[in-house]
Amino acid sequence: MDSKAMDTSKAKEVALENMLLVTSSPHIRSNESVQRIMLDVIIALAPAIIGSVYFFGLNALKLILISVASSMVFEAIIQKIFNRPITLDDFSAIITGILIAFNLPADAPWWLPVAGSAFAIIVVKQFFGGLGANFMNPALAARAFLLSSWPSHMASFTGTRPDVVATATPLAIMKYGMGPDTAASATVAAATSASEAAGAELPTLWNMFIGSIPGAIGETSTLLLLIGAAYLLIRKVIDWKIPVFYLGTTFIMLVLLGVEAEFLSYHMLGGGLILGAFFMATDYVTTPVTPVGRIIFGIGAGILTALIRVKGGYPEGVSYSILLMNVATPLIEKFTRPRVFGEVKN
Amino acid sequence: MKLENLTFKGGVNVPHYKELTENLPIEKAKEPAIVKIPLHQHTGAPCEAMVKVGDSVKVGQKIGESEAFVSAPVHSSVSGTVKEIMDMPIPTGLTVKCVVIESDGKNELHELVRPKGKLEDLSSEEIIEIIREAGITGMGGASFPTHVKLSPPSDKKIDTVLINGAECEPYLTADHRVMAEEAEKVIFGLKAIMKALGVDRGVIGVEKNKPDAIKALKEASQGEENISIATLKVKYPQGDEKRLINAILGRVVPSGGLPMDVGAVVSNASTTRAIAEAILEGKPLIERVTTVTGNGIKNPKNLLVKIGTPFKDLIEECGGFTEDSPGKIIAGGPMMGISQFSIDVPIIKGSGGILVLSKEEAKPEPIQPCIRCGKCLEVCPVKLQPLYISSYTLKKNFDKAEEYNALDCVECGACSYICPAKRPLVESIRLAKREILAKRKAK
Repeated sequence: MDSKAMDTSKAKEVALENMLLVTSSPHIRSNESVQRIMLDVIIALAPAIIGSVYFFGLNALKLILISVASSMVFEAIIQKIFNRPITLDDFSAIITGILIAFNLPADAPWWLPVAGSAFAIIVVKQFFGGLGANFMNPALAARAFLLSSWPSHMASFTGTRPDVVATATPLAIMKYGMGPDTAASATVAAATSASEAAGAELPTLWNMFIGSIPGAIGETSTLLLLIGAAYLLIRKVIDWKIPVFYLGTTFIMLVLLGVEAEFLSYHMLGGGLILGAFFMATDYVTTPVTPVGRIIFGIGAGILTALIRVKGGYPEGVSYSILLMNVATPLIEKFTRPRVFGEVKN
Repeated sequence: MKLENLTFKGGVNVPHYKELTENLPIEKAKEPAIVKIPLHQHTGAPCEAMVKVGDSVKVGQKIGESEAFVSAPVHSSVSGTVKEIMDMPIPTGLTVKCVVIESDGKNELHELVRPKGKLEDLSSEEIIEIIREAGITGMGGASFPTHVKLSPPSDKKIDTVLINGAECEPYLTADHRVMAEEAEKVIFGLKAIMKALGVDRGVIGVEKNKPDAIKALKEASQGEENISIATLKVKYPQGDEKRLINAILGRVVPSGGLPMDVGAVVSNASTTRAIAEAILEGKPLIERVTTVTGNGIKNPKNLLVKIGTPFKDLIEECGGFTEDSPGKIIAGGPMMGISQFSIDVPIIKGSGGILVLSKEEAKPEPIQPCIRCGKCLEVCPVKLQPLYISSYTLKKNFDKAEEYNALDCVECGACSYICPAKRPLVESIRLAKREILAKRKAK
């Protein structure tokens, strides 16, 4: 009887040993997740999405939906072809889709976001290894791709609802409508903007702030973008360093480059600066992880943005600035390695 | 010197899960029928057995010793007969020689277990010798022999003794209860360390989530001009000794250095209590307070346990498992503890807790690609870049891992804890450290 009882207890023990999970510590994990971070970004973009429909009508919604859907489809297809796990559930393709649409003019043709998504997802993201491995912000790379491939579609901005007529953006007005060198435009896009801009008048600052101005569908409303940005900062999804140094440097550079005081606020509120600073330049994958690196990234993007806007051929420089800094990110990280606690100088 | 609400840079807020046991008084565990006392449960040289099978031993009798300076003797925690001396797995994951003693239940004290006299009458050397003879080692985890810590080279000027009462590991409340219930002994132990080192400043650092311990220590130290209590913000890993020194003294221990390089000696609260008992009662380190806790255990408790008691006995005493089979059994806390293959392993000097996680809690989460969010840099108390050390390690590029200062990692696990992609960061850095050290040794 006793020995039998012992046998069963021994058997139970052996069973227990096979059941116990043995791993390296730590044995608990936080609630943080990639999905949650991506979801937070989508939530933060929601006010601007709603605003875009209000300001530009249902066509904006159509473009956003097409862009998101095509980004997701391309992600699934390419992962299937590459025989990789399909990772639509990390929500990252949705964000890329929204941001591509945000960079389009409201009357862009339906295939424009499809082409953009294909480039962003297939070439920029998946060819380089998928989530976490892309070297440029996919949405901005797509914008650059579309701008150089179909400049007329990308630069024909419409006024806000209901007067859907081609108009110039505030930045274009400042660049071509006011300056003495209106004729110096080098590109078709600039030429289009320039011809529209000649003689146009700048909107009120209040309209610039709430977003009732011509521009790409997601970038016009400073107010709604800032609401989203505040959410991301409160949730600690983004670090304040890049946007603050980016916006601060842009402002200082514009002053140094001699932009008149009355136009400074138009520069800060106009174009893609707010969208870029809070939603693109804070993209984890393509920006430095080091604290000092983030400051340098912000300063670099600020200098480039101001230079392109004031001295360059385009009225807007946010996307190229961020893309250039994206490419410089590995180098920046290399030189901004944090000093280890107690590091002894050799 | 400001002593309220101190902290360090970096770190992470981990839910502390201490509510299961923080208000439960220390209970004396049931007498174990057998104890398995490892001859090597400290950092340093293993002990040689001083007894053989069949010998009868008494409580507090020395049963293992080493000639080496960096080592600590071990003592029997029961009276009875030596049954076996053989290799067995212990909670550190190693297999070491253990002395298995069957208790006769009488708990007869060995004749050497007697008070060592008044602190005022003991010299510095005598105090250090008592501590060495009592086999006292750091009870917070690393199990470094305490007498070695108290014998710094003459060129290191020590000016402060810090008592580590942070107990930042979630779930564990052993140090907490010791400080709350036996504050006088902790203060006495601190005074003994101060005397041994000839130091006239002692500070006890306690995280603010232990108000009863802070109150008890303040009361017990009233009138002691040289001793103060510092309250610390609740943040992991506050109990890492270099973080503690930084928070309280504002000093930075150099990379690869020791606390004595900045004039400090740090001793854990339970260790300090053991020092007091070694002087007051002549009792070697044969028992300690261990928290048996977790959602996988029926009645979590703080138990005063004899060294060598098998985990199994304590799990039974706490009502057993809540499920047929638990998910994980961990020696220590969830952040740095070691998960166990078996519950036959014994309690050792460094065992602050037994944590039983349920199946659901232990379930590993799927690993996703790194999105470079940089949270691992933010929480790293040493300011490393865990994502890079980890990715180089996973590519077996250990030279690069070394270049990124892998050896400075204190293995606190904050990076893996925070990682949204659930990547094995500290796990791989640990591997890198081992490879780098092995390579250095081979040279």
